Amino acid sequence: MEKIKNFEDLSAKCSVCAEAYGKKIEGGNGKRAVVLCGGTGCISSNSLEIKAKFEKLVEEKGLSNKVTVNQVGCFGFCSQGPFVKIYPEDTLYRLVSIDDVEEIIEKDLIGGEVIERLLYVDPKTQEKIAKQEDIEFYKKQVRISLHGCGAIDPENIEEALGSGAFLGLAKALQMDRQEVINEVLASGLRGRGGGGFPTGRKWQFAYAQPDGDKYVVCNGDEGDPGAFMDRSILEGNPLAVIEGMVIAGYAIGAQNGYFYVRAEYPIAVNRLRLAIKQAEEIGLLGDNILGTDFSFRVHIRLGAGAFVCGEETALLNSIEGQRGMPRPRPPFPAVKGLWGCPTIVNNVETLACVPYVLREGAEKFGQYGTEKSKGTKVFALGGKINNVGLVEIPMGTTLRELIYDIGGGIPDGKEFKAIQTGGPSGGCLTAKDLDSAIDFDTLVAKGSMMGSGGAIVMDEDNCMVDVAKFYMEFICDESCGKCSPCRIGTKRLLELLTKITDGKATMKDLDELEELSKTIQTGSLCALGQTAANPVLSTLNSFRDEYIAHIVDKKCPAKVCKNLMKYEIDAEKCKKCSLCARQCPVNAITGVVGKEPYVIDQDKCIKCGMCVSSCKFKAIEKK
Amino acid sequence: MAHLSEASVAKINEICDRYVEEKTPLMMILSAIQEEYGYIPLEVQEIVSERTGISVAEIYGVVTFYSFFSLQPKGKYVVGVCLGTACYVKGAQQVIDKFSELLGIAPGGTTEDGMFTLDALRCIGACGIAPAVTINGKVYPKLKVSDIPGIVEEYRKMEA
Repeated sequence: MEKIKNFEDLSAKCSVCAEAYGKKIEGGNGKRAVVLCGGTGCISSNSLEIKAKFEKLVEEKGLSNKVTVNQVGCFGFCSQGPFVKIYPEDTLYRLVSIDDVEEIIEKDLIGGEVIERLLYVDPKTQEKIAKQEDIEFYKKQVRISLHGCGAIDPENIEEALGSGAFLGLAKALQMDRQEVINEVLASGLRGRGGGGFPTGRKWQFAYAQPDGDKYVVCNGDEGDPGAFMDRSILEGNPLAVIEGMVIAGYAIGAQNGYFYVRAEYPIAVNRLRLAIKQAEEIGLLGDNILGTDFSFRVHIRLGAGAFVCGEETALLNSIEGQRGMPRPRPPFPAVKGLWGCPTIVNNVETLACVPYVLREGAEKFGQYGTEKSKGTKVFALGGKINNVGLVEIPMGTTLRELIYDIGGGIPDGKEFKAIQTGGPSGGCLTAKDLDSAIDFDTLVAKGSMMGSGGAIVMDEDNCMVDVAKFYMEFICDESCGKCSPCRIGTKRLLELLTKITDGKATMKDLDELEELSKTIQTGSLCALGQTAANPVLSTLNSFRDEYIAHIVDKKCPAKVCKNLMKYEIDAEKCKKCSLCARQCPVNAITGVVGKEPYVIDQDKCIKCGMCVSSCKFKAIEKK
Repeated sequence: MAHLSEASVAKINEICDRYVEEKTPLMMILSAIQEEYGYIPLEVQEIVSERTGISVAEIYGVVTFYSFFSLQPKGKYVVGVCLGTACYVKGAQQVIDKFSELLGIAPGGTTEDGMFTLDALRCIGACGIAPAVTINGKVYPKLKVSDIPGIVEEYRKMEA
């Protein structure tokens, strides 16, 4: 591809690419297009093998001049993947396996017939739905950060250009630097990584610093368990994030940008690398971008598995080749950041919003959302929910809409218990909060936080004390060790929680748990330490009775904590088949085949649950 | 350093030199060595120190801080059980317990024959297919505890 030297070149190239892309999905080139989801979730479910089989069969059947096959980014509806979409009809097949490829080619691509059994079935109406936009999961979504994800080929810069990539940058470069910052300020865009700090203000601070070396850093160290927004954006449309970074660089007067991405995300890293290379080749990165005197280079640094590096000052230390420990603030990175120079650290999703703000204007961005939380937010919806996946919703959407309309409710008719937002630093929201709007300030007021966007749903089978303990184990493990409230305090919290789940705690321990939590909150150096006790405080706030049940009644109401529950065989339901006794790893079950019902020796039982999964008559119960 | 071959020393020096243009290359050097050898023992840290002028104490501090860097060699097959929240609420603890029981090692450990390492992973972002397990990068989606004996057996058979 030729170099894009100026604004005219870019707009001409974008028009050509947009036309080509339009033809592809509308069939205007006389071809049909097969696209497959190439996100991590679908790749784990063999979407690459499925793609290879499509390519092979298309070739063998002589369809090469009639059908194109390529991958796109994440469709978002991960629990229904792998996805295959056929253009121009826009038919979406889900849960496709490698054995379905032949049939799709024969019946659909050759025969023009829709394969009903591969269509999504609406669980409420049992209706089969052929088009993505008609599926309930997608109806309430608005794609700004996820623009292009699930639509364009992330490894083909022409498709990105065809969907408007770099038009936001072109607009920015024709504006004064302060005007760019004003536009971002006017949009009301706030940091999507968890803090919710106004992005424009951060830029303004760095802009105000004297000229010299400045840096833009993209925080792609998505460490919250249960969060995969940033990964999907980097996998689905890496150029949007690069464009956002270049715009930020222009605005603050930086010459270099660094992506800091988790090493656990190999696909995202490879696509980002490729996108940087492609953008350099056509002159959209490097010297004198689009013929202006603005030059900008982009580099990648990989994380090495430390949660604390998601904290911006720890991240900067990590890039500098040190242990990822936070620095005291002030000075803030915008004043003294990477290698002592003014630096802005923006999250992946924040930067992905920036091209939209410039391309479409602050006003259009501000049409979505609430007064103080503009735009949309991407959530990774997971846990005990029917529609697991990635969703982007306007701020102000209620939790009920998120969980029941988009998420499709709780599986197996179980009862909703809580939704954990904001990862280990966040908190639990319960049934009484279902009608609250999701925005930065409401979530904080309800005792949780937006965080980066992980949203894990729990049902009646989850023990909230166990969940708090799970997060505390995580935090304890990931505490960097620099300050003692976090390093020692979280360890003590974990010990107290273990005492409670073992049934050995007293009510005095509960008081201590609360007091210590507050000490950690006020005494820690960085945001991670200050929020380290949130899982405890938030579950205590909403589920104090569950804690008390563990302590006073020595019972785990959800029957999760091993020391506080037991398995029993119902003698009437037992068919005396001996299967459970044969499965038991510690020979704790005795009885006589066909004669005497089986019984579990509670002293020997290790509560592994093998007997429950082996019993065909549901005779074994948790008590 | 006695038991490192000349070729290894040359390779480590070559890795250090690869990033000579970078301002603070230590993380990149260590990532590359970890990828090449699977671990970063003290002897290797000494060579990096000599080549880059960064003290061994500092390098050791960095190596032990990040969970991706290892001082010990890992097993031939690294079983990683995702313990992210989405996997956890769908029973990942039982999954890792089962691997632990079958392999006879605690999470973080390596079997005596050097065949398996069991790792508890932080969220790998595959929440849509929870609980997820990776074995040398291959992802096993929606794993059931009852599937595990078969999987372990498969790998053992491959080596028998």
